[in-house]
Amino acid sequence: MQLGFLVDLHLCMGCKGCEIACKVENEVPLSTWRLRVKYVDVGTYPETKRTFTPLRCNHCENAPCERICPVSALHYIENGIVNIDKERCIGCAGCVMACPYGAIYIDPETQTADKCTYCAHRIASSMMPACVVACPVEANIFGDLDDPTSNISRYIQDNRDVQVRKPEKGTNPHHYYVGASQVNLNPLASEREEGYNLFNNITKLPLGGHH
Amino acid sequence: MVHETLAATNAVVTLDVAIPDVFWGWYVTMNMWAKSIGTGLVFMLFLLLRRNPEEMKGLRLSAMIVSFIMMNIFLLFTLADLHQPFRMWHIFFYPHWTSAITVGAWMASIFVALESLMIVVMLFKKDTVTYDKLLFWTTILAIPVTLYTAGIMAEATARELWQMPTEAAQMILAATLSGSAAIILLGGSKLSDDTKDFFGTILGLSALMAFIIYMSEYIFGAMKAEEVAAILHYVKGDGEYATMFWIGQWVAYILPMLLVALARVSKSSAILNLAAILAIVGLWVVKHVWLIIPQLLPLS
Ligand code: SF4
Ligand code: SF4
Repeated sequence: MQLGFLVDLHLCMGCKGCEIACKVENEVPLSTWRLRVKYVDVGTYPETKRTFTPLRCNHCENAPCERICPVSALHYIENGIVNIDKERCIGCAGCVMACPYGAIYIDPETQTADKCTYCAHRIASSMMPACVVACPVEANIFGDLDDPTSNISRYIQDNRDVQVRKPEKGTNPHHYYVGASQVNLNPLASEREEGYNLFNNITKLPLGGHH
Repeated sequence: MVHETLAATNAVVTLDVAIPDVFWGWYVTMNMWAKSIGTGLVFMLFLLLRRNPEEMKGLRLSAMIVSFIMMNIFLLFTLADLHQPFRMWHIFFYPHWTSAITVGAWMASIFVALESLMIVVMLFKKDTVTYDKLLFWTTILAIPVTLYTAGIMAEATARELWQMPTEAAQMILAATLSGSAAIILLGGSKLSDDTKDFFGTILGLSALMAFIIYMSEYIFGAMKAEEVAAILHYVKGDGEYATMFWIGQWVAYILPMLLVALARVSKSSAILNLAAILAIVGLWVVKHVWLIIPQLLPLS
């Protein structure tokens, strides 16, 4: 079994339902995110549009975070999920430096690394990840990539424009996008201009050590 | 490709709270800097033993103690940088051998244990024969201890700027640069002019080679990888770290190179000492800039 995610960006309307559901389900502390929806505004007025891209851990087949973790706090479980053992983590932030997608953060409450686990605890109880359940337009398609008859496998078979983030990193993500452009997937394809962000002056909880 | 499309698409991020923080800050700079001096001194002691064993007399203990102190500063800052420092023991009880962090922690611990043994051997037994034998093995171990941080940087897949084998070369050069500088300062009048010249040459050549590598990356790095180009913007033009980058290059490399040459011509120990001090101070700045800039780039 190899669990994977696919987000159909034609459907996503940027409501952040998944983001909130994830926060609640996993008790993700203030100022940190396991899953977040990125907005990029494209075009010049009046020809403008807003794009939405849910971003989470890609559960890479060749995961740099797992490789660099000195204590195997990040580890694969049999269904292909890259899971984290917070009791084991020493908080070296090696994984934060290794993940090319910025998917890992240091939890300010536990002072350990954390990230999306595809809701491994819910899957263990045969439930869908919280974000999948919350999405009002079913833009999140989740399932077994090894099963050719699963929803996600059929979606991949039926769509030509299935993409992953930063394929050049050789991580082989198990998280796909349909209907994505460079603007959605490549951080270098958009500007981050001072004063354009809808959230400004975010309060950050203090981290340990000198951070 | 992407850069050209930017003007056409006029794409601006309006909502994304990426993780922009610098996670490896100056504690990690201290770690790399202190380790360079610690292992570099061992390399230089070994060279001195091969070249002029009689000049080892006053340096066996003092240089080893300084190396030991630097290695302990390195360990201390490594520990302090952890968000869960009291779980450090996990590295030894749940080691994950694909991680350069694990391999490095083990090797550095053995290295420091060997150094302790050498200090004990000299301090209490004045046994130079055992010391010199141990020095051989400590020097061998100093090579991977110096290099493993480059391994960590290589495993940091998100930071395109840090490439192998460039970082490995820079780690070794940092050790030879700071090690030769430290032994020049420690040796003082205990070293003959000829030996000082020798270490001065190592200092100058290390500075030259490290400078060439940085300049190669500075000029050509952007030509193949988009991410590297974006990162190098922080040290070019009016980039956030441009001034600090050039201060580092001048203090660590350019000035020491010039001063070493001047010291040779004028046979001045004072000038050589100045070159050594600048190299040690400048190395911290150089390492710091290179550590921070790739962390400034948003990954999402
Ligand atoms: S996306 Fe990042 S955190 Fe998730 S498995 Fe890949 S490297 Fe690890
Ligand atoms: S911060 Fe924790 S999970 Fe991340 S690499 Fe270090 S020990 Fe592993």
